Amino acid sequence: MNAVPEPLPTGGLAGTPHTRVGAPILRITALRKSYGTHEVLRGIDLDVARGEVLAIIGKSGSGKSTLLRCINGLEVFQHGSLIVDGKHLLYDNAKAMRELRQGVGMIFQNFNLFPHLSVGRNVMLAPHLVKKRGGPENEARARQLLARVGLAEKFDAMPDKLSGGQQQRVAIARALAMDPAIMLCDEITSALDPELVGEVLRVVESLAEEGMTLLMVTHEMNFARKVADRVIFMHQGLVHEIGPPAEVFGAPKTPELRQFLSSLHD
Amino acid sequence: MPEFTLWDIVRNLLLAARWTVALSLIAFLGGTIVGLGLLLLRLSGRRVLERGVGAFVQLFQGTPLLMQLFLLYFGLAMVGVNTSAWLAACVALTLYASAYLTEIWRGCVAAIPRGQWEASASLALSFGQQFRHIILPQALRIAVAPTVGFLVQVVKGTALASVIGFVELTKAGGMIANVTYEPMLTYACVAAMYFALCFPISLYARVLERKLA
Repeated sequence: MNAVPEPLPTGGLAGTPHTRVGAPILRITALRKSYGTHEVLRGIDLDVARGEVLAIIGKSGSGKSTLLRCINGLEVFQHGSLIVDGKHLLYDNAKAMRELRQGVGMIFQNFNLFPHLSVGRNVMLAPHLVKKRGGPENEARARQLLARVGLAEKFDAMPDKLSGGQQQRVAIARALAMDPAIMLCDEITSALDPELVGEVLRVVESLAEEGMTLLMVTHEMNFARKVADRVIFMHQGLVHEIGPPAEVFGAPKTPELRQFLSSLHD
Repeated sequence: MPEFTLWDIVRNLLLAARWTVALSLIAFLGGTIVGLGLLLLRLSGRRVLERGVGAFVQLFQGTPLLMQLFLLYFGLAMVGVNTSAWLAACVALTLYASAYLTEIWRGCVAAIPRGQWEASASLALSFGQQFRHIILPQALRIAVAPTVGFLVQVVKGTALASVIGFVELTKAGGMIANVTYEPMLTYACVAAMYFALCFPISLYARVLERKLA
């Protein structure tokens, strides 16, 4: 069973490892997905170790966001299997689906905060409903997480009163409140004004440092190079190249990756 | 031959208007409850249920309310169910209102960005929790104005219950006109009363629309 991690004295956020060290926290095997006749993912195999930070790069339409969204079941795939923290992804079992999703946090490009709830309630809602975390404990945890992303004083603010960068940081706190073992970041800085990108990336970087398993689809190549343990280059629905950032960015093996990287500098 | 004053006419119409109000409220409340149930079925993600609700809505939106009343009143009698005009009118108007309300609300739910469903699903909320805590509060804001506006249609729709012999405002108007030989005056009073019922409602709907927009 999933151990609920105690908040660490340092304000640590990542779950304590409870499976044997080295066992992949995410295992994707022969995953295929198509929309109608168009195959978007054409056989993905991927193991992610606990605490690993993966950056997924590639052209739009290469399937990188779709892959990310398959991991917590927002997209349905037709073939292959996906195991998160020992739990199989089963679409037709709503209960198993919810259990799996408790271990997988997701942050979206457009923040998707709940506009009718205050910042504090945005963070507290899911732990209250799903984890039955009680009032004072829940509020203390929410305040701690908001302080963690630098928004302690915004507990009672409504989301539409915040900047994009602040909204995205609330979204991160909201995802963290469920104590996920994996965090999925889907182009989380793409909708932000350039001057607000840094504050969000700094929070993500600190998560990585604290040992959170991170999978991020990103266009921030410098950030990927700096933070990621491995970089995945996706091309036409396949993992085209995978390796440490130095290798992927420094010595791309395939012409497709070389072309993609050079297109970024135009 | 007895003389009728204007007050006699108005007084009797007012008495009958109570039934128009009662029928409207029952149809509206019944329609709300049934409509909400249909909405949930429609959002359930099960193809069969969605199709069924869609067919129900099409059936009730695509046939005159008058026919629905006839079919319910006479049809139920034919299969041996003993209905009163009151019951038949309540049932028919409830179904009619539910078909329209569920469609109005479906539009309001569809207006909520997909990201709200996705974010709440990612936080492991169940369908019921998503609907109750995320979608409904937001959809409600959009839905209030058109829903109150539809209440006007229900009030006017109750007039058709007169054809199956239910004595509400319109039926009473017809009876009074026959007795007093004053059809113009009587029906003018009837129309004025419908207007007095409906105008404040549509005014309120417009206020809500401005306030919640």
